Amino acid sequence: MPFLLLGIVTIAFCISRLIPADPLASIVGVRQMANPTIVAAARQKWGLNGSILEQYWVFLKNLVRGDLGISFRTRKPVTHDLLDRLPATLELAVGALVVGGVGGVALGAYAASKKDKMADHLSRGFSLLGSSLPVFWIGLVFLFVLYARLGWFPGPGRLPPRTKPPGHVTGFYTIDSLLDGNFTLFRQCLWRLVLPCFVLGWAYMGQLSRLVRAAMLDEINSDYVRTARAKGLAERLVMRRHVLRNAWLPTLTILGFSFAQLLTASVLTETIFQWNGIGSYAVQSANTLDFPGINGVSLFAGLAFLLANLATDVLYAVADPKIRLA
Amino acid sequence: MSLLSTAPRLLVDVAPRSTWKSPWKRVTVIAGMTVTSFWLVVLITLSWWAPYKPLDAVGGRLQAPSWHHLFGTDALSRDVFTRTLYGARQTLPVSVGVIVCAVTIGTVLGSLAGFFGGWIESVVMRLVDVTLAFPPIFLAMAVAAALGPGLQNAFFAMVIVWWPIYARLIRGQVQAVKHRDHIQAAVSIGATRWRILRKHVLPLSFTPALINATLDLGQVVILTATLSFLGLGAKPPSPEWGAMITDGAQFFYQWWVAVAPGIAILTVAMSFNFLGDGLRDALDVRAKR
Repeated sequence: MPFLLLGIVTIAFCISRLIPADPLASIVGVRQMANPTIVAAARQKWGLNGSILEQYWVFLKNLVRGDLGISFRTRKPVTHDLLDRLPATLELAVGALVVGGVGGVALGAYAASKKDKMADHLSRGFSLLGSSLPVFWIGLVFLFVLYARLGWFPGPGRLPPRTKPPGHVTGFYTIDSLLDGNFTLFRQCLWRLVLPCFVLGWAYMGQLSRLVRAAMLDEINSDYVRTARAKGLAERLVMRRHVLRNAWLPTLTILGFSFAQLLTASVLTETIFQWNGIGSYAVQSANTLDFPGINGVSLFAGLAFLLANLATDVLYAVADPKIRLA
Repeated sequence: MSLLSTAPRLLVDVAPRSTWKSPWKRVTVIAGMTVTSFWLVVLITLSWWAPYKPLDAVGGRLQAPSWHHLFGTDALSRDVFTRTLYGARQTLPVSVGVIVCAVTIGTVLGSLAGFFGGWIESVVMRLVDVTLAFPPIFLAMAVAAALGPGLQNAFFAMVIVWWPIYARLIRGQVQAVKHRDHIQAAVSIGATRWRILRKHVLPLSFTPALINATLDLGQVVILTATLSFLGLGAKPPSPEWGAMITDGAQFFYQWWVAVAPGIAILTVAMSFNFLGDGLRDALDVRAKR
């Protein structure tokens, strides 16, 4: 854990020094390079006068204080930008996890109970489609068909056009609008989450349902299932109470991995749905060569991934009585 | 015999079994093979029969699909159908190249780590852990942005992201194989360690990497397109699927601009998924149904 943390930080540092540009220019911005006081101050602050090891040490010290540098694009501290955009991404990610998690387990369980029937093939096809579709393309297709042509769903963006965001308390528009007591806005925000969450959750759903299906088919052949059937328990109950109970555990193991995929897909979903979150921040930073921004985002993503993996281990130990935390 | 009982369980054994039992498998494997060969044939023979040139302006701009332009024309009056076909020449070689490089690097480092252990193992595996600690797209984005946009740099970025997966896989396999009896036998007749690694360990360890490579190929195709879509891969005039979808996103109401490249990515990714699944079933005793 601590090792990985250090490793992530080191790689972020290496990437920031791998850039074929003067690191100083990438900290203060090209335009400020003409200003000797700013250049001197930045040199001092980031220890650019010293050797690469000293620079690394200063980088670490600034990092501990939460200082990731100033974004060239927004001209604000990267940490501030990231925290500002975090709620949008979390709102999306939680929604996608719910869609993908519930949908994936349900679909996998259903497919397993109808093994080799038409319903099984259809659900397998549906989940395979989820993991083969380019997220950015299917997002566009959904927007075009369901929003532009049919008008069933609202368009891109977190808020309806020309609407004031709710008072800033948590940054989550859904929660903030509830705190304001504005139920119309809450409904609108929630409704706007549906399409992006589905697009984002589909790939996860596909993976999960394959896993659940395989795990259920494994369990169906075990002795306790035969016993349950022999004592005359309804097939529905056998599936739900006995088989699924044991089969859903392995799904936790891919949670950390899925989280990484979710982050990946969120980059694209946010771009397509004009969602002002971390993912679109990353894209904008990469396209404008805003190195502090890119660096900050990749560092942030690495840390988030690390936490997700840790959470997976803990959850697994909590959910599976066979594992004890040492 | 204590050696055998402590040996880690092998992921793959040698006995192949029938893949053709379930209709699902039959249909998907055949579909995967058909689509893959279709794209291969397109890739090779394209220049002889393609209706237009990928970079030529033909007809008006943003024209809807018609008999002359099956998938319409884009904002620069280029034929979308032709460009999509030519896109295979960009994406497929890059994706295959990424996988080949990643498998090669991963196999070399992973087998060294697994077979020799010691400091080699520590160094390689720590490197693997750290690289895998980043969600792939962010690492790829950071590397691609640092090196500058372009398909070639996107290629390097993807190799950097992908090799650790194979290193970890191969290392596990090598560790599982190296305690088997026939290795002991080879040691006892005085075979050198290199010979044992090459002739006795690697052939038994390579199967899962092969299966994974096929499955991953689809993911790499998507990632290549993704990086191009984000402006970090192929540069504008070249007909790359992801970059074409970026155009499509700009001309949102001219839906045909993005349809063909999207379908191309989908069919390629899906057929590699099918093939990988089929291959796993054919080679892996542990796979279920």
